[in-house]
Amino acid sequence: MSLKVSDLRVYYRTLRGDVRALDGPAFTLADGEIMGLAGESGSGKSTLGKSLIRLDGRMKYVGGAVELDGDEVPVWDDRKMNDFRYKRISLIPQYAMSAMNPTRKIGRMTAELLESRGVRFREVREELNRRIELVGLDVDVLDRYPIELSGGMKQRVVMVLSTLLNPSLLIADEVTSALDVSTQRAVAETLVEFRDRRFVKSMIVVTHDISLVYQIADSIMVMYAGRLAEKAPARTIIEAPRHPYTKMLISALPEVGVKYAEKRLTGIPGSPPGLLDPPKGCRFRARCPLASEECEEQPPFVEVERDHYVACWKAE
Amino acid sequence: MRKYFGRKIFVYALTFFAAVTINWMIPRFMPGDPVQSRLARASLSNPEASQAMRDYYNSVFGLDMPVWQQYLNFWGSLFKGDLGVSIWLFPTPVTEVIMDAVPYSLGLLLPAILLSWVIGNKFGAYAARSKWLDNTVLPVGYVLTATPYMWLALLLAWSLGIVGGFFPSSGAYSFALRPEFSWVFVSSLLEHWFLPFLSLFLVSLGGWAIGMRNMIIYELESEYANYLQALGAPRRLIRRYAFRNAMLPQLTGLAVQLGTVVAGALLTEIVFSYPGLGFLILQAIQNQDFFLLQGVFLFIVAGVLIANFIIDIVYVLVDPRTRIQMQGGAK
Amino acid sequence: MTAAQPLPDPATSPDAPVPALPEAPKREALYFALRNPKLLIGLGIVLAFLVTGILGPFFLSPDPNARIAPPGLPPSGEYWFGTTQFGQDIFTQFVYGIRATFLVGILGGVVAAVIGMAIGFVAGYKGGWVDEILNMITNVVLVLPTLAVLFILVAYMDSRGVMMQSFFIGLTSWPWAARAIRSQALSLSSRDFVDLARLSGVRTWKIIVRDIAPNMSSYLFMTLILLFGGAVLAAAGLDFVGLGPTDGTSLGLMMHQAVKWGALQLGVWWWFVPPGLGITAIVGSLYVMNVGLDEVFNPRLREM
Ligand SMILES: Nc1ncnc2c1ncn2[C@@H]1O[C@H](COP(=O)(O)OP(=O)(O)OP(=O)(O)O)[C@@H](O)[C@H]1O
Ligand code: SF4
Ligand SMILES: [Mg+2]
Repeated sequence: MSLKVSDLRVYYRTLRGDVRALDGPAFTLADGEIMGLAGESGSGKSTLGKSLIRLDGRMKYVGGAVELDGDEVPVWDDRKMNDFRYKRISLIPQYAMSAMNPTRKIGRMTAELLESRGVRFREVREELNRRIELVGLDVDVLDRYPIELSGGMKQRVVMVLSTLLNPSLLIADEVTSALDVSTQRAVAETLVEFRDRRFVKSMIVVTHDISLVYQIADSIMVMYAGRLAEKAPARTIIEAPRHPYTKMLISALPEVGVKYAEKRLTGIPGSPPGLLDPPKGCRFRARCPLASEECEEQPPFVEVERDHYVACWKAE
Repeated sequence: MRKYFGRKIFVYALTFFAAVTINWMIPRFMPGDPVQSRLARASLSNPEASQAMRDYYNSVFGLDMPVWQQYLNFWGSLFKGDLGVSIWLFPTPVTEVIMDAVPYSLGLLLPAILLSWVIGNKFGAYAARSKWLDNTVLPVGYVLTATPYMWLALLLAWSLGIVGGFFPSSGAYSFALRPEFSWVFVSSLLEHWFLPFLSLFLVSLGGWAIGMRNMIIYELESEYANYLQALGAPRRLIRRYAFRNAMLPQLTGLAVQLGTVVAGALLTEIVFSYPGLGFLILQAIQNQDFFLLQGVFLFIVAGVLIANFIIDIVYVLVDPRTRIQMQGGAK
Repeated sequence: MTAAQPLPDPATSPDAPVPALPEAPKREALYFALRNPKLLIGLGIVLAFLVTGILGPFFLSPDPNARIAPPGLPPSGEYWFGTTQFGQDIFTQFVYGIRATFLVGILGGVVAAVIGMAIGFVAGYKGGWVDEILNMITNVVLVLPTLAVLFILVAYMDSRGVMMQSFFIGLTSWPWAARAIRSQALSLSSRDFVDLARLSGVRTWKIIVRDIAPNMSSYLFMTLILLFGGAVLAAAGLDFVGLGPTDGTSLGLMMHQAVKWGALQLGVWWWFVPPGLGITAIVGSLYVMNVGLDEVFNPRLREM
């Protein structure tokens, strides 16, 4: 088991109070597991991803623990986290197009980044070249400025750069949403290849696009309003979801699992509750067709069958 | 490359054209026939000059010619470097009067602009580091940019010059000296140069510090900064990148601000009776010497345009993005 | 020139990408406004000067240039700011000068804002060759050194009033505002609600006035403040070289007189300190106020 998150709570400080964007998810990620993370916009996917690597200025750690390969990850301590960043936990940002300093040649920027992390650039140079070629680029991209590369090329360079130190955990937030369909597939396949070659041990792939993630993920986790709704092997989520929200999500997809289905997570009536002062009990209650009295109590996230976790009173 | 500079040069040429046209039009189309009234006044103070002036006016203005021909003639004499004859220093040609003054103005402007830009940027970048610094640099910067150039000049001339007696507060060198290349003369030159330089430098400093601070904060929130932070890069590296990238818009800012600093230098020179272009302007206005005023104006415009062009070139040299786009290498 | 010192910040500096305009809801803006020390202090000082400039003259001699006292007196209980070498009361001149300063600032600022907005909006909204041409004009006026142009324009006039001066200042100091407004309008005009209006055949100026301008009202207001400050400084520069209003007084004219009649050499510091201090205080407070406003309207800056 490489990653273990227990009851992690991270809120956004605002003047009207705390936004409970991440309210106690608990899950594990096995070695070699690629987990897709899905959910409506605003459900807290990015917040979860950011919490595992770097809290931004407005985020506040409230409670919970994270464990990576048996070591405690001090997500609340910005300085101590530096030991984990890049070397053990890394990310491919959503904005990979503009993730590189526009006024530095890519190779030079990479060298400066590596040296600043105490890694000798010369020692990883060969591996870097190999991986650049592996993703289908020419080594001389290192002598270019980011502006000289196309969007897809930049995306691939960032993927190589982010995983160069073989982290245990890679967080990829919406890495495909800015790309065209064929590039999306290439990027997704590269992620799998990186896992297969053990460049990264396990991955969290945040996405809106369930049908895309379904093709590469081992498991899929669905979030709703800052909490976990369901986590199960990818096939199970698609074919036998248990949580009412997941069911609605899946049925909103035209033909699930079909290759180029592009339908986004929309079309469910109603909207999620505000996270400033969320209602007690199950957060899906207001939109749930099955809601009943017992749902005024928050349902626990329990394993209903092997590797299949659901937070719903009616999930049996 | 050619397209970029071609465009720039076109704008500058157009600007120069507009400036010359303004220069030509104003004395001719101002209501109340200003030329005649100026001449009338000049003839009272200096009859000999006034006769020459009258001849000169008749030849350049060629008032019996059609307007378009007058305009062409104006350009013609301009190309010959002929800006007329100064009334104030009759019969010295305006070009000569200006040429004597230009070194003084440049001697003030160049160091003041360059140093204030470099140091202001450093201050600004520094301010973005901590709240405490920010809270001191920012207000000081705003007060400095809000200070009229001549007022700071007056304060410095009075406090460090007249009261303190540390520096002379008038002229470019001691009255007792003649220009020559000697230690005494050069040190006198420097002493006289210092206060006007300082006041010009200080006022400009504030704007750069503020500009840099804002740009750096903006850069530090950019996505590459975020990415580097997530990968645990030290603040030092990120700041270095941010500073460099923030310098580029500051360079453009330099071009935009040139006119302001030049004007500041003019006003500063007046306070210190420093014999540069600003001092000439004052003399021209007080002596109703409009040839001189117009000549100085054209000179300033030309100078600013040239400086702009130099900045354009520097910009291309330091910003890889522009360079690459110009070579057509961008994807 | 001393006019329009466009503080190169991301929003006005021409090459920086333009961040989308975040418009805070009105009530929230008020909440922050009342708690922003920069805004409150700046506004307080500006208002204090404004009130002095408006009301002060009613309590003072009707002619600020009247020779009513012994010459060259230092500040005292009777003559608060002392007197000039001609026996004019400097405090009286100062108060009238403040009035003139606000007048020039507002008139010059508004003229520049109107031109800058007209050109900026139309260029940003229309795009294409209209944009090209307006851009060209803007660039030309931008590189012209404003104060030098003003010298030439004003020097030939036999009688000069505050109105004329402000008008000329406005006429020469709009370009950076036009640029800034253009890039904001450009990003706004691609938004849905503008497209909608365009599709339903609403006239250009109507879209600008009804849909685009209100969405950047806070930005326009801040631009106006900067133009105001720039106009005040430009006017001071003109007055100082002796091209000020031929009647009345102004802060710049006071400094001109002081220098002309040797206040520096005579050590009559009370002649030139107050006018410059007044200008610095007014313009500086306006700038600080602007930073405060920026924080109020732009939530991203609040946490800083
Ligand atoms: N800086 C912030 N301040 C206050 N609230 C925030 C902030 N950032 C995010 N939130 C809130 O936190 C919640 C979760 O946001 P998050 O970005 O994690 O959602 P997401 O699932 O990644 O959405 P998307 O699919 O749109 O990327 C949202 O309700 C959002 O409103
Ligand atoms: S717990 Fe109740 S409200 Fe929540 S999803 Fe299950 S049935 Fe619906
Ligand atoms: Mg997100």
